[in-house]
Amino acid sequence: MATTDIHAAQHVHSHDEHGHDEHHAGNFWTKYIFSEDHKVIAKQYLITGMLWALLGGILSVIFRLQLGFPDMDVSWLRPVLGGWITEDGKLDPEFYLALVTMHGTIMVFFVLTAGLSGTFSNFLIPLQIGARDMASGFMNMLSYWFFFASSVVMFSSLFLSTGPAAGGWTIYPPLSALPQAIQGSGLGMTLWLIAMALFIVSTLLGGINYITTVINLRTRGMSFSRLPLTIWAFFFTAIIGLLSFPVLFAAALLLIFDRSFGTSFYLSDIYIGGEALPNVGGSPILFQHLFWFLGHPEVYIVLLPALGITSEIIATNSRKPIFGYKAMVGSMLFIAILSFVVWAHHMFVTGMNPFLGSIFMLLTLIIAVPSAVKIFNYVTTLWQGNIRFTPAMLFSIGMVSFFLTGGITGIFLGNSAIDIQLHDTYFVVAHFHLVMGSASFFGMLAGIYHWFPKMFGRMMDRRLGYIHFWVTFVGVYLVFFPMHYIGIAGFPRRYYSFTNFDAFSGFSDLNQLVSIAAILTLSAQFIFLFNFVYSIFRGRLAPPNPWKSNTLEWTTPRFPQHGNWPGEIPAVYRWPYDYSKPGAKEDYIPQHIPYSETPESNLPHENELIKLETDQASGHVQEGHRPAH
Amino acid sequence: MEIDMKIVEEAKKPLSMHPKKFALWLFMASVMMVFAALTSAYIVRQAEGNWMVFDLPSLFWVNTGIILLSSVTLHWGYISAKRDDLATVKLAVGITTILGVGFLVGQWFAWEQMVVANVYLVGDRPSAVSGSFVYVISGLHGLHIVSGIIFLLIVLAAAFRYEIHSKNLTRMEMCLTYWHFLDALWLYLFLFMLFNR
Repeated sequence: MATTDIHAAQHVHSHDEHGHDEHHAGNFWTKYIFSEDHKVIAKQYLITGMLWALLGGILSVIFRLQLGFPDMDVSWLRPVLGGWITEDGKLDPEFYLALVTMHGTIMVFFVLTAGLSGTFSNFLIPLQIGARDMASGFMNMLSYWFFFASSVVMFSSLFLSTGPAAGGWTIYPPLSALPQAIQGSGLGMTLWLIAMALFIVSTLLGGINYITTVINLRTRGMSFSRLPLTIWAFFFTAIIGLLSFPVLFAAALLLIFDRSFGTSFYLSDIYIGGEALPNVGGSPILFQHLFWFLGHPEVYIVLLPALGITSEIIATNSRKPIFGYKAMVGSMLFIAILSFVVWAHHMFVTGMNPFLGSIFMLLTLIIAVPSAVKIFNYVTTLWQGNIRFTPAMLFSIGMVSFFLTGGITGIFLGNSAIDIQLHDTYFVVAHFHLVMGSASFFGMLAGIYHWFPKMFGRMMDRRLGYIHFWVTFVGVYLVFFPMHYIGIAGFPRRYYSFTNFDAFSGFSDLNQLVSIAAILTLSAQFIFLFNFVYSIFRGRLAPPNPWKSNTLEWTTPRFPQHGNWPGEIPAVYRWPYDYSKPGAKEDYIPQHIPYSETPESNLPHENELIKLETDQASGHVQEGHRPAH
Repeated sequence: MEIDMKIVEEAKKPLSMHPKKFALWLFMASVMMVFAALTSAYIVRQAEGNWMVFDLPSLFWVNTGIILLSSVTLHWGYISAKRDDLATVKLAVGITTILGVGFLVGQWFAWEQMVVANVYLVGDRPSAVSGSFVYVISGLHGLHIVSGIIFLLIVLAAAFRYEIHSKNLTRMEMCLTYWHFLDALWLYLFLFMLFNR
């Protein structure tokens, strides 16, 4: 017999159907905690990411105290760190390693991957492409809660008596595989691996959603060539993550087998206390290959969203179209592709074949080309623009500065010969903290200042924003610029103390400067935190389009409900960068304004387009312009 | 009804496909990357030498036959669903589920065969890593088969509620895609381990 369920219909376009003033009568739990609304999930990611950033920053200041002031008595930290402060008021050396490891893990994964992509991909993708929500709100919610679970596990590892993982954020075995080698490789490392497994699940759930949404849920007229650069960046980021995080999973899986089941994928010929371990036949280099196959793309997972966010902000606040839109997209694509074929430049000194090293060196140096294209386009967008120095704009320009100064040292490090001297020194630390850490962090801050009005309906305080920017900007350079010199002098990273070595007795003044600057930079973040929290409740009310921007998110109401637009989703008729178009009434024309409404500013080929369409369409009313009722 | 007669150029609907099916393809891409990583790790370790060569358990051949057959039966179910032959859908999805479980059981006995042949997860000499790789790769694939069986059970339950028919094929199609993928994945892994001993 025939069936009774006729709910077959179409699930494809169901997102179009719940448009009209959806009243989510949900209770507190479904609205703020287990929400499927991409905007709420974005805020959850943002707040969690900010808490992690604060913790990661505090950890770094603790170990900077040790590096800058090795003779200092830090017993005043005992109420917080307890047994990690030794009898004579010094930081425990093993805990120092744990601090370095957790600082790296937290910043790279929890702040700049989850906090950055999680916040802005979630918030901006549906709003800027004109979608009601993500492709799967449920998966999106799961993504956040897997991240939350991962955060809880990672955070709890800080309180173990043996300490959290301490083998560096790259967790190279055998150090990370053997609890006999270092305390942190005990339960702390196990929790690290569990947390990262959950984190990978979260990233994949999120990434699948971002890609699906960008490809399938764009509004009418939103062709790929009209996507804002933010969306392009999030799209590439998600693809890179989808292809590289599973490889980290595989690497971690084999490490779990080595640690817990006695296999020997990475372990061989290890003697502890004169006794040989039973593990034989493994290859520690194998782990490095697998790890860096994720590890290098991860750098771009962190950086690309910042590049996208700043492209958008710089174009908006220069009141000029972005220079070289296609070159911007093309260079991001090229960077994304190259990121998969350069991983061995992290391994030049592992005894790899020098010929292979040359190939990886060549591929690495090629990344300078698309990066230079991007810098050029940023500068030419700013050039002769009618620049508005909002805090977001300042942070974006700061990002360009870090991307440049940090990127240039990448050209040194990418040379397999120079790398022999610079490998694992503070030069490397300075390089990646500028180009990846600070640049991405500034991209994130720029994004928060820029989209805060859309997130919370209020403006952040400009003056506090300026103070925050200048202190942070100067602070970051004061921290990382001297590190280049320390690195060229041969100071290795991850060392607890240099005072015991004659060769490293110099530069203690420089290290003090770095530590003081680090404390200064961290304190400036509290200005931001105050501004952020205060503005959520007491900030000036935001106008609908405070930055006079073109993208679709500014066409939503001040507090968009689940579904984003109360009526129909606006259609898109032009690219997002029609700023200061000659002849136009105002210096911006949003994406949803048709060419036929702006005859005064249309270019000849755009007029052709209208003529062509009106000939076809005359007489029949366009669907998109039936007034909502 | 008030009609706004303003004529504007048309905003074209951009290309799109079914979001959930698309997401499934992306998921399969990420699964593929996990196994690409494991098999390339296999090659990298093998190239270092000191590598034990052993015969794969003969049951792998049988299990490969079982899972290939299960793909055929599921496709049979899919065609029946398109023809609204609902009784056959139940039968075919049911057989596929049984074959899937049979594959898992077969893999377990294949491991026992390896144990009998003195190939263990934890080797006692440097060259025994090759055995560890076979255990981990086939085990992780087995875990994915478990997820596939859960999916089959969901579809089977839906089939018993008469929810799988020619006008409601999405779930069936997604299950079919995933199951074919797991089948092809095993074929790749089996041939890989067979020819790269």
